[in-house]
Amino acid sequence: MIVSQRLTKHYGPVTALDDVSFEVRVGEVVGFLGPNGAGKTTTMKILTGYLFPDRGEVRVEGVDIARAPLAIKKRIGYLPETTPLHSDMRVDHYLGFVGEIRGLRRRERRAAIDRVVETCGLHGIMKKGVSELSRGYRQRVGLAQALLHDPDILILDEPTSGLDPNQIAEIRDLIRRLGREKTILLSTHILPEARETCGRLLIIHGGKIVADGAPDDLVARHAEEKVLHVGLRGALDGAEREMARIAGVRQVREIAGGDATRRFEVRAEKSGEIEEKVFDLARERGWKLVELRPEGGTLEDLFRHLTRGEGAP
Amino acid sequence: MRNLLAVAKREFRAYFDSPIAYVLLVASVAFWSFWFFRDFFLQGQATLRSFFGLLPWTFLFLGAVLTMRLWAEERRLGTEELLFTWPVRPGEVVLGKFVAALALLVLTLALSLPLPITVSALGPLDWGPVVAGYVGAVLLGAACLSVGLFLSSLTENQIVAAILTLVVLFALLVVGLPIVVAQSPPALTPVLEYVGFKTHFDSAVRGVLDARDVLYYVVCVAIFLRLNAVALAWRRWR
Repeated sequence: MIVSQRLTKHYGPVTALDDVSFEVRVGEVVGFLGPNGAGKTTTMKILTGYLFPDRGEVRVEGVDIARAPLAIKKRIGYLPETTPLHSDMRVDHYLGFVGEIRGLRRRERRAAIDRVVETCGLHGIMKKGVSELSRGYRQRVGLAQALLHDPDILILDEPTSGLDPNQIAEIRDLIRRLGREKTILLSTHILPEARETCGRLLIIHGGKIVADGAPDDLVARHAEEKVLHVGLRGALDGAEREMARIAGVRQVREIAGGDATRRFEVRAEKSGEIEEKVFDLARERGWKLVELRPEGGTLEDLFRHLTRGEGAP
Repeated sequence: MRNLLAVAKREFRAYFDSPIAYVLLVASVAFWSFWFFRDFFLQGQATLRSFFGLLPWTFLFLGAVLTMRLWAEERRLGTEELLFTWPVRPGEVVLGKFVAALALLVLTLALSLPLPITVSALGPLDWGPVVAGYVGAVLLGAACLSVGLFLSSLTENQIVAAILTLVVLFALLVVGLPIVVAQSPPALTPVLEYVGFKTHFDSAVRGVLDARDVLYYVVCVAIFLRLNAVALAWRRWR
């Protein structure tokens, strides 16, 4: 478990982090969201022991990183934002060097390299120079570097930035697979990705945590109104009008017809038990209810709502 | 210790992955030989004085070129960040880089060994000052490299690092020379003579390997390597 408590960091007059506290429990995949300059990267640099906070502390399994930096660094694999690699080396030499620094003995090192070649798909590029690699392969080598010592904690700063959709899908799959046994904290700009891969989200803005929770919960909590997709069949004369008359409903709109089913979008107040009321109405009128699907608000809305305005430099 | 060696090995290999090492080896040996043999046959004396007299000035360039990349490039690429999230002590990395640079310098010096060997084949060479001179050269070289390594950690531009190193090393070499000492207040004379890089080397070349001169270089290296570690840590605190 990673516990960060009251982290504060200033860069000169700029406050990068302001009293940031959060936990990442073992086995969680946590997504770190926020606009550029919100403090994601700074937080990650502190968690990995590169930067020292002005105030506050980071504990991993109860151990303070300031007291036992080496012991904690051994358990963490880190992929920084821009994937910095020693570009004057060959890929195989580079991974060998990382293995040595990670304290792996010759035989362990060979096994570890074979393993990451497999997990990260590095076949065929091992003899190439790091500087010759494409963006996608650089990213894979960066990940391989983070995974080489089989750490239980992974910290990934925008692992899919700059990749094409196929590569993004690959990395996402890899993260999902790794997430089954490892604790992962990753930052991203791509909100659908966060929703898909992460069990929990931390949204940071202006150096402060502004939201913390499961993606669907966060969105539901934030949404001001409930949106229902209703699909009906049968004699539907006046259905739109009648649904609009239900207490709490603000607006009804037909969105698509086509086949025998007509679909409506019903916007209602958040608190009214609107699904039940629509169901009851349909039963009363003898409509065949073929679809009744609440649509959550979008993460985009939530994100924009929370990270608008002051705070971001 | 293992980390130190891992870093040293990586850096040493990196010299040979680019043309730097080869160019440097060939250029140094060619330059030394040319300079040495130009006077040698005219003077007709079996001594390496002229070679050792030249050496500190070539160390200006060697010190700058061998160290300019070591931290500046690490910073430019951003690998410094990754490096310090690995389980290594900053001191181990500093020492590792220093050892790699020193190893290449020693290798370069070793390639000049045909000079004394040729001389001793031609005349009665006194090996005492030669051995002392080489030991002094390694010490002086180590000091130059520690200065360059430190200065390289202050910038992300290799060229800036190299020029800074050239300037600082030039100042340190010149400071103890009679020309400078004579121009400054007499009270400063012992200080300038002590601080100057070249003074301690010159006594080695005369065949006197004084423990105080050895200590001078060792302390100097220790100070600059420590400054290097401090500069790195300071960036992470800021």
